[in-house]
Amino acid sequence: MAYGSFVVMRDLNFEVLDGEIMIVMGGSGCGKSTLLKHLIGLSEPVRGDILYDGISFVHASEEEKQSQVRRFGVLYQGGALWSSMTLAENVALPLEEYTELNSREISELVSYKLSLVGLKGFQEFYPSQISGGMRKRAGLARAMALDPEILFFDEPSAGLDPINSRRLDDLILQLRDSLGTTVVVVTHELKSIFSIADNAIFLDAGPKTMTAIGHPNQLLEDPPNTNVYEFLTRGGK
Amino acid sequence: MATIQTDLGEEALTIHLTGNWRVDSSLPDFASVEELFDTVENLRVVAVTTNEVEDWDSMLMAYLVKLVYLCRRHNLEFDRSLLPNDLRMLLNLSFAVPENDNAQLDVETKTFVERIGKAAVERYREFLEMLGFTGECFASILRMLVGRTSVRWKDFWLIVQEVGANAIWIVTLVSFLIGLIIAFLGSVVLQRLGADVYVSYLVGYGMLRELGALMTGIIIAGRTGAAFAAEVASMKFSEEIDALKTLGIDPIDFIFLPRILALFLMMPVLVLYADVIGVASGMLVSNLMLDISVPMFLNGMKVAVALPDYLLGIVKGIIFGMLIAISGCLRGMQSRDSAEGVGLATTSAVVTGITLIIFFNAIIDWIAAIYDI
Repeated sequence: MAYGSFVVMRDLNFEVLDGEIMIVMGGSGCGKSTLLKHLIGLSEPVRGDILYDGISFVHASEEEKQSQVRRFGVLYQGGALWSSMTLAENVALPLEEYTELNSREISELVSYKLSLVGLKGFQEFYPSQISGGMRKRAGLARAMALDPEILFFDEPSAGLDPINSRRLDDLILQLRDSLGTTVVVVTHELKSIFSIADNAIFLDAGPKTMTAIGHPNQLLEDPPNTNVYEFLTRGGK
Repeated sequence: MATIQTDLGEEALTIHLTGNWRVDSSLPDFASVEELFDTVENLRVVAVTTNEVEDWDSMLMAYLVKLVYLCRRHNLEFDRSLLPNDLRMLLNLSFAVPENDNAQLDVETKTFVERIGKAAVERYREFLEMLGFTGECFASILRMLVGRTSVRWKDFWLIVQEVGANAIWIVTLVSFLIGLIIAFLGSVVLQRLGADVYVSYLVGYGMLRELGALMTGIIIAGRTGAAFAAEVASMKFSEEIDALKTLGIDPIDFIFLPRILALFLMMPVLVLYADVIGVASGMLVSNLMLDISVPMFLNGMKVAVALPDYLLGIVKGIIFGMLIAISGCLRGMQSRDSAEGVGLATTSAVVTGITLIIFFNAIIDWIAAIYDI
């Protein structure tokens, strides 16, 4: 992965299993969000490939990419709600675009999705009228609109208080357990990492590569290098 | 005032710092220390004492950091043991994280010719990008016409209101003043030639064929083009455009198409309105300054201005509207993801919009002259 001639990360090789919660962790600016952008097709790697169900995503045709992207749900750092639309319209848009449902059915689904994230009753609010935490939850409702097979989260805890942060973690676990959704979470929030991860990779800005893979508890017990240990113990002893 | 005293031993140099080492103090010249390092031979260790320092702030720390770097350059050991604990801790903090080798930006030094060449390549790349973007916008319009994409009509009507109804007052004011200026200039010049009756020719021809469309275009480029760029840049900044892409929705269909259609629809209407206001104000001046009655003014205009002149102004309005919408949206998309990027996109959209309007106005006039329109 690179921006122009500036290499961000190299030699990344990992696998995410169906129904697994994979954490991409590492210090600020190490390239976690850049990796996420590559995984969801907003950027292309300089070399290598990304496979979904064994099929190349990088070298796929535009149409194949579009159909692949529809299997994704993405929650961006700030929620990325469309500011000119109400919460209901935000959640409804993917349903209007890709389903044949009538407006009553869409409205019922929107109401259900918003209730899942604790925002029932806020349908007619605009993003500017709700708090940052609520925007994030509304963003999650939109990401879940089409019942995606894979959910991507970019720093879900950023800007949230500890209580809302834990609620979001619980929500991620419930989604995985109830719907079997595969989840990829980019975060450096240790509480989240230890409470929701099935597996994790550690990106290190020094060598510009992935230096560890495994469950966070396992990495803590047997750290492959000092950077991983320091990260998982909040900078060491 | 801050001062230094040096105490040179066999292999060690001790620097005694005294006085006030604050931002508002006068500090000793660092060059004298550098000179000392260059001249003294067999030096191995450098130590600093601060027992005589009365007051200090970051200036003292900056001086110590410079000394550490100087020692490193001369392969000398910097002995921190004589420093008090607080200074030692601050010094350790400043060197805790080594400088990142990758943090250097590529600063290329180029000759004048290379800079011109690079700028030309950059402009050419921008031109191609604009061409590509224009093509994508027209493809989106075609997709809409064949029913392969739909416009969000709610957004469209809101934009129509914003670019049309909400721009009426500024268009009224500017058109009124332009009509007034043309009539005033015409009356002064033509009166001298005894041809004051022809002022209606000037106002009618000038407003309907040229200035109605041109001035409306410039107003809308400054008002609406800037707003489009700022909106799109903010959407890019807040990842709203990324969110569309990851849903498989084309941002051109979703965000740009309603804006292009809104200006396509509203620009001819605004140009027509500007023509009416401009001619009316010209008529007012003619009446007040030259005693030309309204019927006389209108009859004179009928002789000078034909339907093609009026239609040419309207066609210009449509083309200018498309140019403003496309340049506003493109500049917004090209913006950097920062607050500064939003500002730059806005400025750039206005400059691009106005430049394109004037350029295309000249081209259209040239074509019209060739075909005798």
